[in-house]
Amino acid sequence: MKELRHLMTPLDFDTDELDRLFDKAGEIERHPRDFVHACDGRILATCFYEPSTRTRLSFETAMLRLGGKVIGFADASSSSASKGESVADTIRVISCFADICAMRHPKEGAAMVAAAKSEIPVINAGDGGHEHPTQTLTDLLTIRSLHGSLSGFTIGLCGDLMFGRTVHSLIHALVRYSGIRFVFISPPELKVPDYITEMLTARGIPYEEVIRLDDVIPDLDLLYMTRVQRERFFNEEDYVRLKDFYILDKEKLSRAKKDMHVLHPLPRVNEIAVDVDDDPRAAYFPQVQYGLFVRMALIMTLLDLTEDHMNHGLLKW
Amino acid sequence: MLNVGKIEEGFVLDHIQAGKSLSIYYQLGLDKLDNTVAIIKNARSGKTGKKDILKVEVDIDTLNLDVLAFIDHNITVNVIKDGEIVEKRSLVLPKEIRDIIHCHNPRCITSVEQGLPHIFYLADEEKEIYRCRYCDQKYRKRDGEKL
Repeated sequence: MKELRHLMTPLDFDTDELDRLFDKAGEIERHPRDFVHACDGRILATCFYEPSTRTRLSFETAMLRLGGKVIGFADASSSSASKGESVADTIRVISCFADICAMRHPKEGAAMVAAAKSEIPVINAGDGGHEHPTQTLTDLLTIRSLHGSLSGFTIGLCGDLMFGRTVHSLIHALVRYSGIRFVFISPPELKVPDYITEMLTARGIPYEEVIRLDDVIPDLDLLYMTRVQRERFFNEEDYVRLKDFYILDKEKLSRAKKDMHVLHPLPRVNEIAVDVDDDPRAAYFPQVQYGLFVRMALIMTLLDLTEDHMNHGLLKW
Repeated sequence: MLNVGKIEEGFVLDHIQAGKSLSIYYQLGLDKLDNTVAIIKNARSGKTGKKDILKVEVDIDTLNLDVLAFIDHNITVNVIKDGEIVEKRSLVLPKEIRDIIHCHNPRCITSVEQGLPHIFYLADEEKEIYRCRYCDQKYRKRDGEKL
């Protein structure tokens, strides 16, 4: 019997496995009709202990688009957790109902606890501020699809680089590819943590740290925007002084390369002006679409659904 | 001065920080052994003034002593055969430690889920940094919590 596979962090898949996953996502994008029965008879449980709109709907849509069904709960108050049930017990119960589970939990490491006790594949759909691997897979697939490759580019990461888990996970995932140069654009208070720059130095990966997006935007092949939250600043004056450096508008974008792509994990507040949305370089809504494709490919991969399985339906039931 | 006799076969843990021998006794599971164990507290030490010593009459290879390196680098391990020291064993930081330290990150699942083992993995040997297996919270040994 094949070993049960889970997804806890983006690094759980090596680059060859990611290539296969992204190839599968590409097939789904090109031929969605070929996959409408891929998960016939299968059930995805979405166990969301805290509210999330996009991630939960993306998982649910992914399963429905594959022909499967969805059960689950959308916040802890409507689950047995409100009665004090442990994550370990919940997943044992869910294992009796569903074929695969996507779990979001406010506590860091919750999905790992679930995976250790589960009899079905568990996908970490976000565990507090720790990991959110399907966002990273989404980012990687978006870059691969739009830029054409996961190597040989300069990527600017802009905004809150200290607390932004999506940024940290993306950096860790990208360092496995070659020819990537990082440009970190943030206020001094929200610089990328030392352990990341130390890791880049140790691996000989080039990076630079700057304060103003304006100074570097012409050099970038990709720009990954994140929110800069007011409450992260030590004082209001600094926030007011610095916030415009991290807002992407048409004027700043006019200085960027014609084939640069702008990504954002969403939700956006004001860090990307609405008038940028119509620019062909704005990739943050297509990014959501890639998130769906990659989740579809991930569900199929973790359920080990090869073409053969799809045709002959090796079902648990 | 109190005199504790030599052991014939087994090992001696010397230069234990004074007062720590009992916690090491439990962490190595010596309380579960049927063999002779001598716990010597506050012995005189030229280097540190006072030290603890553990003498254990059991084959050293039946125990996992890796955790000692995590607890205290200064502990020396002398392997005894026929009443003589035949080997001084060096300590290596364990790759993983279980239920020795606890994760203090209030956002970690270990803060709410009952019955979970507290597991830390060695993330950086040179800097002696461990991280919580669940939340990756950093624990630097030299900043350490009391064991």
